[in-house]
Amino acid sequence: MTLISDILFNVLIFLSVYVQMFFFITFLENRKKIIIRNHPIKLTKYPKVTVIVPCWNEEKTIYKTVRSLLDLNYPKDKINIFLIDDGSTDGTWDAVSKFSGYPNVKTFHKENGGKYTALNLGLENVKTDFVGCLDADSIVEAESLVRIMSYFERDKNTMAVAPSVTVLNPNNIIQEAQKAEYHMGVFTKKMLGFLGAIHVTPGPFTIFRKQVFDNLGPYRHGYSTEDMEIAYRMQKNDYKIEHCNDAYVYTKTPSSIRKLYRQRLRWIYGFINNTIDYRGVLFRKKYGNFALFTLPTGIISISAVSYLFGKMIYNLGHLIYSKIISVGTVGWSFSTSTNNLSWFSMDAHPSMFLIIFVYSLVIFAIVLGRKMVEGRWVLSLNMLYYLLLFRILAPLWLINAIYNTVISKKPAWR
Amino acid sequence: MNDKIDWKKYLIVFLFTVGLFFSASYASNYFGDKKINQLKSIQEGISIDILSSETQFSLLADLSCKNISYSVLSGELGELGNKLEWSEKNLGKADTVSYLKKYYSLLQIKDYLLTKKISERCKTKAAFILYFYTTKENCSECEREGLVLSALREKYPELRVYSFDYSIDLSAVRSMLQIYKIEDTKLPALVIDDDVLTGFREMEELESIIKKSFKLEEAKSVEETESKELP
Repeated sequence: MTLISDILFNVLIFLSVYVQMFFFITFLENRKKIIIRNHPIKLTKYPKVTVIVPCWNEEKTIYKTVRSLLDLNYPKDKINIFLIDDGSTDGTWDAVSKFSGYPNVKTFHKENGGKYTALNLGLENVKTDFVGCLDADSIVEAESLVRIMSYFERDKNTMAVAPSVTVLNPNNIIQEAQKAEYHMGVFTKKMLGFLGAIHVTPGPFTIFRKQVFDNLGPYRHGYSTEDMEIAYRMQKNDYKIEHCNDAYVYTKTPSSIRKLYRQRLRWIYGFINNTIDYRGVLFRKKYGNFALFTLPTGIISISAVSYLFGKMIYNLGHLIYSKIISVGTVGWSFSTSTNNLSWFSMDAHPSMFLIIFVYSLVIFAIVLGRKMVEGRWVLSLNMLYYLLLFRILAPLWLINAIYNTVISKKPAWR
Repeated sequence: MNDKIDWKKYLIVFLFTVGLFFSASYASNYFGDKKINQLKSIQEGISIDILSSETQFSLLADLSCKNISYSVLSGELGELGNKLEWSEKNLGKADTVSYLKKYYSLLQIKDYLLTKKISERCKTKAAFILYFYTTKENCSECEREGLVLSALREKYPELRVYSFDYSIDLSAVRSMLQIYKIEDTKLPALVIDDDVLTGFREMEELESIIKKSFKLEEAKSVEETESKELP
């Protein structure tokens, strides 16, 4: 039993090191291609773009979201904004209606049917060649659209461009931790973009060529992760997805552990189930790095985190058991004898060095992601918050998502 | 898409990862060796101390106890024991560790004999416990007995506990097993003042035995000083 466990442990460590190494090498290969354009840029042509904003009970954030769209540095007559109220029960419709006077804003009201139905209602009315969506809890930076559109201008084969999503005004440790995570997400997404292997076209401001939906059909429920499902579908059909690192979108992130937990449970559940639905793609070389790297990486992460968590629980149980035995035998004693071992008892198993290596590369990825967003090198405390908080919580929602998949229980949005 | 897969990169990353694995093993081995060396140097130190005291003891056989300095503390041997125990569990260098363990057992026996002699002649306060244990699978109570002994050793610094692995392949230990007629079915076994106690013994029971042992020593030493003072 311990032999099997040891082999499994080493295999998982090997794969984790492999994945981080793969990202790192991809970075070294492409580092010169990562540029941040600080000055306003010009396009030869400004194609018309429709941005769909699905909202459900977002009266508090919708104003700023639409305002940021109206303030985009892009010709006003080239942007259409669709505000779609998906049967909100609060004042969202009133907030949305305030914008109906703008010539390029259209408002829609429908029965509640879920985010993907709101998006599809928008898609039915789109007349432009480009379409994007913006979650109603996110704010775009003024230069984002023109920077994204430059990717389409550069390459006719690019079918979707995802932005760099970061955290809007982090107020507490939980949001600070997510800030570090989102920075890592920027790095990861850029690398996956180079590999042609992006697996999520995020709800906040990914822009598509309209033909994607004309050819592949509208959004699907996708286990409440419709932005992941559409990316899987595009990858399956060899549609190119890019990442524009200097197009910034700020999104409101969960402010409490409970909310974060629910969000992540939904994401991981979506990943597991979309991957199961698209299992025919896995390891098939005709689907490229998406099939050989992105999906396996997700599976490896889930396995590694779950396994390590199990191991941790086992060790903790063992420790508690020994302590109980010890207390039962000699009573409470604050023995100093264990301290005598000091550095001698420092763990020097090979895996220890490899884990330190993996963590170093993770920190490197966070720092680099931040560099891509802010243009400067920063080491900050939020990395520590991230590593600590997610170390504890991630296994829980992972295991919960696996459990829900097994008993096929669908997670709630909120 | 097929042409987009950079197989060379997959291979290079694989080789890098394998390289890292080897480097990690190398580093681990390096620290393992350092620890073994530390163990060896501690043992050397203790060994020299014991040898020197033995020699001194023989030289000064008829002289006053004041001149005998014996510096091996029971803590030092105990710490070495702890480190060896940890190494056995974690280091994975089975051969070297088992060799060191034999050496450690020998040092314990020598320390026992010497300290006992010094204490008898010079009337220093001391009590001795010889403890025989074996693996967890064959002795469910050994772990708890070990805890009791560690706690006792902390409470009474003058108490010297010597622990011996029943299954160790060392003739000196086997002789002790024969002398005290220790059987592997009756472990844990303790020897205090030549009495053999088998099975798990509570802290309180051992404590009272040790105190008695200390009192005997004290009584003896008081007697002797008194008899010396008389003309």
